[in-house]
Amino acid sequence: MQPILSMESITKRFPGVIANDGVNFDLHAGEIHALVGENGAGKSTLMNVLFGLYQPEEGKIIYKGEEITIDEPNHAIKLGIGMVHQHFKLVPPLTVTENIVLGSEPKRGLKFDKRKASKDVEDLSKKYGLAVDPKAKIENISVGMQQRVEILKTLYRGADIIILDEPTAVLTPQEVHEFFDILKELTKQGKSIIFITHKLNEVMEIANRATVMRRGKTMGTVNISDTSPTQLAEMMVGRQVLLRVEKAEAKPGKEVLKVESLSAMDDRNLSAVNNVSLNIREGEILGIAGVEGNGQSELIEVLTGLRKPTSGEVFLNGKKITGLTSKQIKNHQLGYIPEDRHKRGLVLDFSISENVILGIHNRKPFAKGVNLNYNEINKHADNLIEKYDVRCPNRQVHVRSLSGGNQQKIIIARELEVDPVLIIASQPTRGVDIGAIEFIHSQIIQARDKGKAVLLVSAELQEVMSLSDRIAVIYEGEIVDVLDAKEATEEKLGLLMAGIRNNEK
Amino acid sequence: MRKEDIYKNIKELLVPVGAIALGLLVGAIIILMIGGNPIEAYKALFIGAFGDKNKIANTLARSTPLIFSGLAVAFAFRCGLFNIGVEGQMFVGALAAAYVGANVTGLPKVIHLPLTVISAMLAGGLWAAVPGVLKAKRGVHEVINTIMMNFISYALIAFLVTDVLRAPGQTPRTVGILPSAQLARLSELVNWSNSRLNTGFLIGLAACAVIYYLLWKTTVGYEVRSVGLSPMAAEYGGINSNQKIILAMVISGALGGLAGAERILGFDRALILGFSPGFGFEGIAVALLGRNHPVGVLLGALLFGALSNGGAWMNFSTDVPVDLIVVLQAVIIFFVAADQIVRRLFPKKKKDWGVV
Ligand SMILES: Nc1ncnc2c1ncn2[C@@H]1O[C@H](COP(=O)(O)OP(=O)(O)OP(=O)(O)O)[C@@H](O)[C@H]1O
Ligand SMILES: [Mg+2]
Repeated sequence: MQPILSMESITKRFPGVIANDGVNFDLHAGEIHALVGENGAGKSTLMNVLFGLYQPEEGKIIYKGEEITIDEPNHAIKLGIGMVHQHFKLVPPLTVTENIVLGSEPKRGLKFDKRKASKDVEDLSKKYGLAVDPKAKIENISVGMQQRVEILKTLYRGADIIILDEPTAVLTPQEVHEFFDILKELTKQGKSIIFITHKLNEVMEIANRATVMRRGKTMGTVNISDTSPTQLAEMMVGRQVLLRVEKAEAKPGKEVLKVESLSAMDDRNLSAVNNVSLNIREGEILGIAGVEGNGQSELIEVLTGLRKPTSGEVFLNGKKITGLTSKQIKNHQLGYIPEDRHKRGLVLDFSISENVILGIHNRKPFAKGVNLNYNEINKHADNLIEKYDVRCPNRQVHVRSLSGGNQQKIIIARELEVDPVLIIASQPTRGVDIGAIEFIHSQIIQARDKGKAVLLVSAELQEVMSLSDRIAVIYEGEIVDVLDAKEATEEKLGLLMAGIRNNEK
Repeated sequence: MRKEDIYKNIKELLVPVGAIALGLLVGAIIILMIGGNPIEAYKALFIGAFGDKNKIANTLARSTPLIFSGLAVAFAFRCGLFNIGVEGQMFVGALAAAYVGANVTGLPKVIHLPLTVISAMLAGGLWAAVPGVLKAKRGVHEVINTIMMNFISYALIAFLVTDVLRAPGQTPRTVGILPSAQLARLSELVNWSNSRLNTGFLIGLAACAVIYYLLWKTTVGYEVRSVGLSPMAAEYGGINSNQKIILAMVISGALGGLAGAERILGFDRALILGFSPGFGFEGIAVALLGRNHPVGVLLGALLFGALSNGGAWMNFSTDVPVDLIVVLQAVIIFFVAADQIVRRLFPKKKKDWGVV
């Protein structure tokens, strides 16, 4: 088959790193092509080159039989290449329609032709089976919907090739299914799709071919029908990867965290956490399973002091911590991996050194009186970079320039190294590659085996099931049941997560 | 310095230097359009600013208040605050300096001068604390509040200087500062100069160093910068952002107060109504040009001082009116603010604005 697009020996360097090192990539018309590889392997960079955001130093791009250079995104769009970024680029107060046409609005005379815009959007959403509410504001719709808007945006501009950078990282399992249906529909209509993901089961389910990248190079392209997750994983990491979690029997000790009839509101002042009671003991991992948006985030914010509860009590090691500030709670030796690493976990325009002390910057040895002790801070940063295998040019780069997975490793490293008694891990492996997932999982289990209590919240049911010793299921802010992990099955949890109790008491 | 650091610093300088070059280019075109000779005009500009030792001293004197006001704006900005009220903070600082410097008697210089300077800082700091507290506790936007505080300070200074504190005579001014509270002038130290450049300039240099140290070497500075860059992450890190907002405003206001103190104690030796041609507002431009970094602020202040003094010289030695300076400043600021234009014109670093 003649490829519609091929990228040949693309090289792109950043100060201190070669993000793409002679990369070859080709795309067939009408296929779904998965692009996989470790964090920092250069996937986003390669796609940014294709989309005209970066200029490669070497290499050429051949598109529909002609060699082309793409100087800027507008040019890529004109050529029929559309991209949905890892982090969406929508304008929250504008409506769905406005966002879709933004930048290439239909006009009548000099005026924005609103009627035509609505009609175009409606037609488009019908044609590709992408249902959206054209009049809704972006800020009021779910992440899954926002993603549809992003896809419609590319289609509106006439994209034949659609690049999707980690589109499923933010979706719930239900949304992922719908999303895959959309992808199939798009390819049926002749679109070609490049799909970046870290989830090998997704690759196996939806892709026709996969290209594997490692440390800026392509390791090869395989047909999905001829490969297996283990083979892909090995190509990505260069060694065998445990796709299963191995852990010993838990030996729970005394109670560390006790939550009593806790309730809290969300940002819109609606009840989000409703009369929740929980406890976690030393050397035990309690997982919270639930569809996103059922109060998990608010519960954790209350536990970590970022949100005030309306009623109820929280005890850490027997001491009441209800209503304390996040700083005071942190000082009770809490390690907290927040769900949103960009908003909460990192100051993106700080260096790695500055980020590894966030929250512990007032403690010895990082603070010496009123001063920061840069010798110690830098030593600490170098240690963590090495121990947690953070891929970066040096400790002085802004974490903004790191790949998503490496950003996550910095947070994990910082929070596990404070020697906490309780670890709260929220979506600890979101957007992280399989090698790093294996690593993070083993770190969490090690922490447990050292007698730490762990509260785990994850949208990945598999992750909750394989890591936890006990699983609490949350639905509309209430804990509907707590199961022993050994008794939990996907079906059982699925029913509970939908709010259906197996034996109504 | 390592290679990457040098590279980074050059990148930082690209926009300001490019903006200045573009500003001068636009200025030259305007001079040509009004029938002048740009080369002559710029020569006069340069001579007026740096032509001899005395002129250099005068340029430094004109820059001094801008160092303080630029630092004030930059510091607040590092905490994510846009302090438009430096002008007002400078006025209340000037009032405090004028009062304490002229009316507290019988103190030796080692006590009186620091006391006067500190009262100016306190006054400016307290003045700025009001919008700081309102922002932290009530979420009222500091831009609105600082502007309002400016208006109050205009009325206050006009009332106090024309009425309550007025010295006898034609112009509205306060009585002279006592020698024990004066900052020494260059003209009093050397015989080749008649410049009113004073030791306030050295305080300005020290302030740059102190602010640099505070921001990058102390835990408080770390917290201030975290709040400025990412309030949510700061909160996560246990940093009390409300407290930092108030603190940043107070420090910013104190720097504004210092700007007033230097004028009153060193340059004018009394509070003359209308002593400021808008130092507080020029400070916003200086901070912007200096990328909110103390060293950048220092360089920006020197540039603006040089443009002012050189402009006056150009005005009377060529046909080009002094208004050109305002145009130059505006164009430079325009290009600094619209930095993408500059980046595109100097294409070496094109495209690396990093979307991941
Ligand atoms: N704008 C930039 N400036 C400097 N370095 C960068 C920039 N963008 C990416 N890099 C570096 O280039 C390398 C490749 O990054 P890239 O974002 O392409 O990885 P990725 O494969 O998308 O990873 P992830 O799966 O974590 O998103 C990384 O080492 C990263 O730190
Ligand atoms: Mg990426």
